[in-house]
Amino acid sequence: FFFIFFLQVEQVKLLDRFSTSNKSVTGTLYLTATHLLFIDSSQRETWILHHHIAAVEKLPLTTSGCPLVIQCKNFRIVHFVVPRERDCHDIYNSLLQLSRTAQYDELYAFSYNPKQNASEQVKGWQLIDLAEEYKRMGVPNANWQLSDANRDYKICETYPKELYVPRTASKPIIVGSSKFRSKGRFPVLSYYHKDKEAAICRCSQPLSGFSARCLEDEHMLQAISKANPSNRFMYVMDTRPKLNAMANRAAGKGYENEDNYSNIRFQFVGIENIHVMRSSLQKLLEVSGTKGLSVNDFLSGLESSGWLRHIKAVLDAAVFLVKAIAVESASVLVHCSDGWDRTSQVCSLGALLLDSYYRTIKGFMVLIEKDWIAFGHKFSDRCCQLDGDPKEISPVFTQFLESVWNLTEQFPQAFEYNEAFLLQIHEHVHSCQFGNFLGNCQKEREELKFKEKTYSLWPFLLDEQKKYQNPLYNPDISPELTLLEPNTVSFNFKFWRNMYHQFDRSLHPRQSVLDLIMNMSEQNKQLEKDIKELEAKIKRRNGQVDGVPLKEPLQSAPLAPVSLKSPPCFKKEQPLMPGTDSMRTIEGSSSADNRYSEFMEELAKAEPAMVSLEYGVARMTC
Amino acid sequence: MEFAELIKTPRVDNVVLHRPFYPAVEGTLCLTGHHLILSSRRQDDAEELWLLHSNIDSIEKRFVGSLGTIIIKCKDLRIIQLDIPGMEECLNIASSIEALSTLDSVTLMYPFFYRPMFEVVEDGWRSFLPEQEFELLSSLTDEWRLSCINKEFSVCPSYPAVVIVPKSIDDEALRKVALFRHCSRFPVLSYYHKKNGMVMMRSSQPLTGTNGRRCKEDEKLINATLRAGKRGYIIDTRSLNVAQQARAKGGGFEQEAHYPQWRRIHKSIERFNILQESLIKLVEACNDQSHNMDRWLSKLEASNWLTHIKEILTAACLAAQCIDREGASVLVHGTEGTDSTLQVTSLAQIILDPRCRTIRGFESLVVREWLQAGHPFQQRCAQSAYSNSKQKWEAPVFLLFLDCVWQILRQFPCSFEFNEHFLIMLFEHAYASQFGTFLGNNENERSKLKLQPKTMSLWSWVNRPEELNKYKNPLFEANSLVIWPSVAPQSLQLWEGVFLRWNRSSKFLDEAYEEMVTLIEYNKQLKAKVNALRRQLAELETDDRMQENP
Repeated sequence: FFFIFFLQVEQVKLLDRFSTSNKSVTGTLYLTATHLLFIDSSQRETWILHHHIAAVEKLPLTTSGCPLVIQCKNFRIVHFVVPRERDCHDIYNSLLQLSRTAQYDELYAFSYNPKQNASEQVKGWQLIDLAEEYKRMGVPNANWQLSDANRDYKICETYPKELYVPRTASKPIIVGSSKFRSKGRFPVLSYYHKDKEAAICRCSQPLSGFSARCLEDEHMLQAISKANPSNRFMYVMDTRPKLNAMANRAAGKGYENEDNYSNIRFQFVGIENIHVMRSSLQKLLEVSGTKGLSVNDFLSGLESSGWLRHIKAVLDAAVFLVKAIAVESASVLVHCSDGWDRTSQVCSLGALLLDSYYRTIKGFMVLIEKDWIAFGHKFSDRCCQLDGDPKEISPVFTQFLESVWNLTEQFPQAFEYNEAFLLQIHEHVHSCQFGNFLGNCQKEREELKFKEKTYSLWPFLLDEQKKYQNPLYNPDISPELTLLEPNTVSFNFKFWRNMYHQFDRSLHPRQSVLDLIMNMSEQNKQLEKDIKELEAKIKRRNGQVDGVPLKEPLQSAPLAPVSLKSPPCFKKEQPLMPGTDSMRTIEGSSSADNRYSEFMEELAKAEPAMVSLEYGVARMTC
Repeated sequence: MEFAELIKTPRVDNVVLHRPFYPAVEGTLCLTGHHLILSSRRQDDAEELWLLHSNIDSIEKRFVGSLGTIIIKCKDLRIIQLDIPGMEECLNIASSIEALSTLDSVTLMYPFFYRPMFEVVEDGWRSFLPEQEFELLSSLTDEWRLSCINKEFSVCPSYPAVVIVPKSIDDEALRKVALFRHCSRFPVLSYYHKKNGMVMMRSSQPLTGTNGRRCKEDEKLINATLRAGKRGYIIDTRSLNVAQQARAKGGGFEQEAHYPQWRRIHKSIERFNILQESLIKLVEACNDQSHNMDRWLSKLEASNWLTHIKEILTAACLAAQCIDREGASVLVHGTEGTDSTLQVTSLAQIILDPRCRTIRGFESLVVREWLQAGHPFQQRCAQSAYSNSKQKWEAPVFLLFLDCVWQILRQFPCSFEFNEHFLIMLFEHAYASQFGTFLGNNENERSKLKLQPKTMSLWSWVNRPEELNKYKNPLFEANSLVIWPSVAPQSLQLWEGVFLRWNRSSKFLDEAYEEMVTLIEYNKQLKAKVNALRRQLAELETDDRMQENP
């Protein structure tokens, strides 16, 4: 069943999250089928998608009303005070129901209608073509081929249909190897490095237990190492901490025994599991959400949460992988337990460091489609799209985005996209507004016909890509297949304020250099166009006046002296002329100017953050 | 010549210089009275390192066989290593450096020997005179006067010769007030807030002692700055506890009973060796690249540096808030009024006064609120993060101030005319310089040292257009508003430009900055060109009209 709830509560207070003096704005709260909406007295709107709600909490009644705290998956936290407890209770119950979804077809994506027709919808889904992507990498080729072994998802349910494997890996080897791997996720190609002829392959842990072996699996790895003509040795990276991998042996799983596989070098890299990551983020949010936080509590909280340590571990693993390929031309097989969390992180980051294509807007979409969506990162479980097991929730993809953000900070010119792009993707991974991230694997998506019933996010992002472009991007300094070598010394990792405090504007710089430069870069394009138009006009006019077309283009003609030639009596008229007028419009409408006046307004209106924090004059001692 | 005595080996060949992120350079090492010079022999790309001896914070020497190694740690936090063949040479060089970098006499310092290679357009010693400042003030209000009571530095040795005080208080009263304030630092005007006529004054602690001494003239002086019926705020930069303890040593704080129109607020800002320790720990943490994440974060925390930043900014915001939001006048003091007091008064001005965010205005602020106000630069900046001397008077008070300015600059990247490099430059020159500006501890000492005739002012050099360009913020757009920084820990950051400067390559960041400058420059050019084309078109249109209707 499907019900539309409509609720409206007046005189609701929205508290400032970090104000110790409980600063607030009053307004009206509306509940729609898809959103919670708050409109304050100055008509500012706060929209919260029900799917974004991670937790709703009703706090004990106070004199001013009933407090309601809503935590969102995009790290927004809103604190309402509803005057009447009854209303609060109603909102609370409605939100609980609305934010919990039992079936996919109740998700926003199935009711979201972006006014696209059917063919646009299909085209949207075709925007990213992974076969094209493998072709770009240079496969199939003499050593690698497309396998149809998983055509009907028979060998591995959570893999895509199209898989690339070494030519020498026959079907029996594939089948045998898949039986020896957790969830049937046998080693397949994730990225092929043309120049080095080396590959990044991915799989899940072997079912080796304490002593089991599998000849097909051993052949499979050998096939991978033989598919690399430049280095017969290959690395097997187990991205788990050694202790975890050893514990898995008791359950009949485990890791590769170097003695059983020829030409492999085995390496643990120690990224923690999804449960550790979940509680780490939980701690981080607890710390960063504390009112009146001291510097030392922040730093020690940051440390004890372990969050940055985990981000560093992920990036360190990617750096290890990249070195094996770039320096030793060795292929690398990456796995963790099931090969859909840490393995996705490390493979995708490794490819991003190796190949500048993934540092473009389109390329980044391709990378996410390939290593995350197609290879079965369980977005639905990890992001809790449907009401399910809370132990399956984990910020694995968020960590990937944060690692990329760290790289953009170190290499400000190497990425075509900016921070807003990463934040927007994060937003939509949780919004359930588009079909891309729904479900846990391709098979599920096909069965539920997501491509027919929902829209793809990517064309929408491409449409507004101006917002996501890095104005300082310089593709020349990172030509194709240029390696990024990040410095992973601890001090290079910073708390990602714009992610975890995205909606806490009082904590942000009051002027954004990125916005300013972006606007300026846009403006430059417009100005270049204006110049061309003006030059053409002048050329035409000169043609009329002189009766002869101008021989040389006006760019080279000196511009300033012209004004001196005109007799002084005409100068008076100048302010009335259309030319000067439109010039003024340009200056006035320059987006940079607008942004600036917005900021001034804001400063004039808003109470200073300082006051709202903890140093209100009211608290002065005497 | 004295220097010659200290230099036993003036020159060594085949010395190898190691710096992080640069290839090693082999060359000839020369010692002069004030510099350590290493020049490579290579013709193609000759490299020279010139290092002021006064920039050297500490040195270590090591020997492997006859190859000696000297590790030089500088006050600007850089660490370099010199491999010197020959044990005797190495020992000689080391002892010379040690002696030359710790000269006792100020008059032997480089500024007294430095001869500028540039043409002096404007004498920086005369760029920021109190008289000019007073002239500006007089155009706004006539409630203040310029007092020459300290002409011979006889009343207060750490104050400048002229100070700005309330008009209604005569010099006789000032003398009495001076006796009632620590080191005679009686309350003087620090800042006049144009918008509402409120003022900020600064002084040292009152000498109330345990039996609650009072001074009618002192009360009259500070009350003279209040509007009828209005209250003022006294911001004591010490905690109440510390202020109370100060009474035992004759110091103290303003008693409510005697200053009924004033509310006192205590804000605790650390001073002296606690700050120096903090700097030493911070730099130690930044210099160790092997720290894992937990260790790095806990070291960063243990240094307390960002806590100090937060405390100082908070107190400054409070002062600014009292003036701008509460419409009240403010008196700021700690103990001596030469350290935390100046941090607070100068940062409050940066928040309140757009003029202080321009290059010239900031220079003027540094001159007024630090140099003329008697911050003892020579004592505080004698040693930096690598010092072992542990002298009580060494403290990175000025560096903390610059760091706070950087934090505000980061939050308002378009509101400052200067960029980060300008702040870093000031940090370097405060610790070691060819200019006389930061020598001495106050104006009295500077006048005795005859710095003005004998040395060059930093401002004479910096304010030349070609030099100034380096320090201009391309994003600057004058912002006439009060700028309120966020002091939440999430909003504060480690100043990488200073503390990680020598620990990581900034190639990509520098290139990105260059690209940004290019983009902004290009924008200006395009705008100018569109402007010119529009004008041209307009003129052509007028010509046409003229032709149509002759």
